[in-house]
Amino acid sequence: MTEQSTAPQPLRRPPEQRETRIVSARSSVAHRFRELWRTRELLVHLTQSDIKVKYKNSALGLLWSMVTPLMQLGIFWLVFGFILKNGYPHFVVFLFAGLIAWNFFSGSLNTATGIIVERAGIVKKVAFPREILALSTVGAQIFYFSMQALAMAVILVVLQASPDWALLWLLVPAMAALLVLAAGFSVLLSALNVKLRDMRHLIEVATQLWFWLTPIVYPYEKLAPQLRTLGIGWLYLANPMTPIVMTFQRVLYPHLVVQSTNYPKTPVPRYLPVLPTWSPATYAGLDCLILVGAAALLVFAVWVFGRLEGNFAEEL
Amino acid sequence: MGVPAVEVQQVSKHFRLYHERHSSLKDRLIHPGRSTYSDLTALHDVDFTVGAGETVGIIGRNGSGKSTLLKCICGVLQPTSGRVLVRGSLAALLELGAGFQIELSGRDNIYLNGSMLGLTKKEVDRAFDAIVEFSELGQFIDTQVKFYSSGMYVRLGFAIAVNVDPDVLVIDEVLAVGDEQFQAKCLGRIRTFQEEGRTILFVSHNADQIRAICDRAVVLDSGEMLTDASPNEAVRVFREHLGESAFPDDLGAPNRQQRAVKNVEILGVDVVHGAKLQSGDPLHLRIGLQTQAPVTAGLVIEIHKYNGELVVRTDPDARDAQIRIPAGECVITADVDRFDVMDGAYQVNVGIVGPNGTTIFDWKECAAAIEVAYEGRASGTLLLIPKVAVEPRPEDGAA
Repeated sequence: MTEQSTAPQPLRRPPEQRETRIVSARSSVAHRFRELWRTRELLVHLTQSDIKVKYKNSALGLLWSMVTPLMQLGIFWLVFGFILKNGYPHFVVFLFAGLIAWNFFSGSLNTATGIIVERAGIVKKVAFPREILALSTVGAQIFYFSMQALAMAVILVVLQASPDWALLWLLVPAMAALLVLAAGFSVLLSALNVKLRDMRHLIEVATQLWFWLTPIVYPYEKLAPQLRTLGIGWLYLANPMTPIVMTFQRVLYPHLVVQSTNYPKTPVPRYLPVLPTWSPATYAGLDCLILVGAAALLVFAVWVFGRLEGNFAEEL
Repeated sequence: MGVPAVEVQQVSKHFRLYHERHSSLKDRLIHPGRSTYSDLTALHDVDFTVGAGETVGIIGRNGSGKSTLLKCICGVLQPTSGRVLVRGSLAALLELGAGFQIELSGRDNIYLNGSMLGLTKKEVDRAFDAIVEFSELGQFIDTQVKFYSSGMYVRLGFAIAVNVDPDVLVIDEVLAVGDEQFQAKCLGRIRTFQEEGRTILFVSHNADQIRAICDRAVVLDSGEMLTDASPNEAVRVFREHLGESAFPDDLGAPNRQQRAVKNVEILGVDVVHGAKLQSGDPLHLRIGLQTQAPVTAGLVIEIHKYNGELVVRTDPDARDAQIRIPAGECVITADVDRFDVMDGAYQVNVGIVGPNGTTIFDWKECAAAIEVAYEGRASGTLLLIPKVAVEPRPEDGAA
């Protein structure tokens, strides 16, 4: 027997020196966050196993995580760039900049919503902060995001399109806001879905709608002027995904106005506005504002989760 | 005793049993009222503490709230009211292999499960070899868990739980699985844990195990705590109050109606010639009985050492153990020619059971006590006196 690690320890720490865990009906939000922090390593393991399991028995393995977004990218490019000839140069870069952020968000929501029900087995048998399950789906999306970022880099190199290196730092607040926003929604929806099982389908539909409300396949400036004349320009920006996606586009597709590629066929060159002439600080400011709101959402989500968690065992 | 390792403070748990569940948005819209449900009290005001280094057993029938209580202690469930304090790390074996991700290999699952138990990767690294060794999985450690046999599954689960160095170990009737050799290994590990001063909470149906392992035992019935006492006393309470469903397991399933009808009662048990014997003396028991209606039944005699170890349990279906008990009071006698046990104090339990172990009419724990003295150099549990002789040499002329 290898008894190294399990050799009898003559003196265990007396109980008064050990960490005390309390199980009771209500735990404060602060306590829940402490528990989450304490079990952060489990988050990493669950994320890893999520990814491993997903592609374990498939021939292409991890490549599948690239196939779906690239397919989506190809279709949008084909329809809008090629068939409808919207005239934006390097439209595929513009599309990908928005999609990469959007896929992270919708991917998190769509997998997290059903996760507690899906993993009922361990929820009913093992004690750990259950929010981790929802967060692990966000964790897995970080991985898929990196895979897509890699593909994006390849496309940029091939097309010899350069991002705005001076504004690269803008991706930090944008990513932070995106991450916390996705985490907040994921935790909230995963708990609600236990009580209302069709939340899942609702979310699938809602994210579809949300996708088209966000300037991803069309630029912000295409729609914003009309909304401004109606006096509801602010409403557009109230969608937290709008400024996040715009930041990605601002950095990766650094053109505020582009010349239409349809020119030789049209009598005069046409200029297409893409993004507003905001300063980088405005982007950063908007992202930080969303980050704060998302953080509040996350706290609220953890609170709701705590209220509903007690009933998981009987609802599952 | 110092600060207790586990404190269960007035824990109650209610469940809602839904008659018709409206768990979708559509259903909620169609049935705007609340779903109909009835309240089930799984635990009611359970209150006890477990000192550091103690081993406490929990016994109760199916549905008595044992598992709910354990889940509350582990934090899988939250009590409706009251709270549980656990000092130190806790590893639970609620169901072996719970939390395994069957698509992953045994190796990956050790890390995943370890981190669920609150270990860092480094700590799992250190325990890894011991886990593989204990689980006897060897080369299969890199096979996906879904291809494991149930025995392998169980071994891996137990190996992880006992090798992660918990302060408190919670075990829920899992020792019933696995082959005998592995069970013995698990019990051995539990003993090591006790010597190391770890705290153990142990749920079992098996009275012998409770007596053999635990320092104390808690009896639960319908969510209420009946007693918190020494294992012997707890088993007595359990068998006498809940006798109709109680073990011994091999005596079979309960039959409450029959017991109520026949209403056999063991009035008392006497050891004829006194309770002090010499090894090898005859043992005569007189058992006073009372019944309302005549009944044919079998007599079971269980003899335990005082540390809980079972010495012998007789077979109630044996022809000599069958008796026809007339209505009213009567005395039956049970005689053993030689009671060949070594010196020590023994406890006698007596039961009257139906044919083929279908019914326990009555069961009396600690019905009598016997002290056996022995003056000799033999040792062990049983006194064995072989007749020794020298065999005559074969005839020389035979060759």
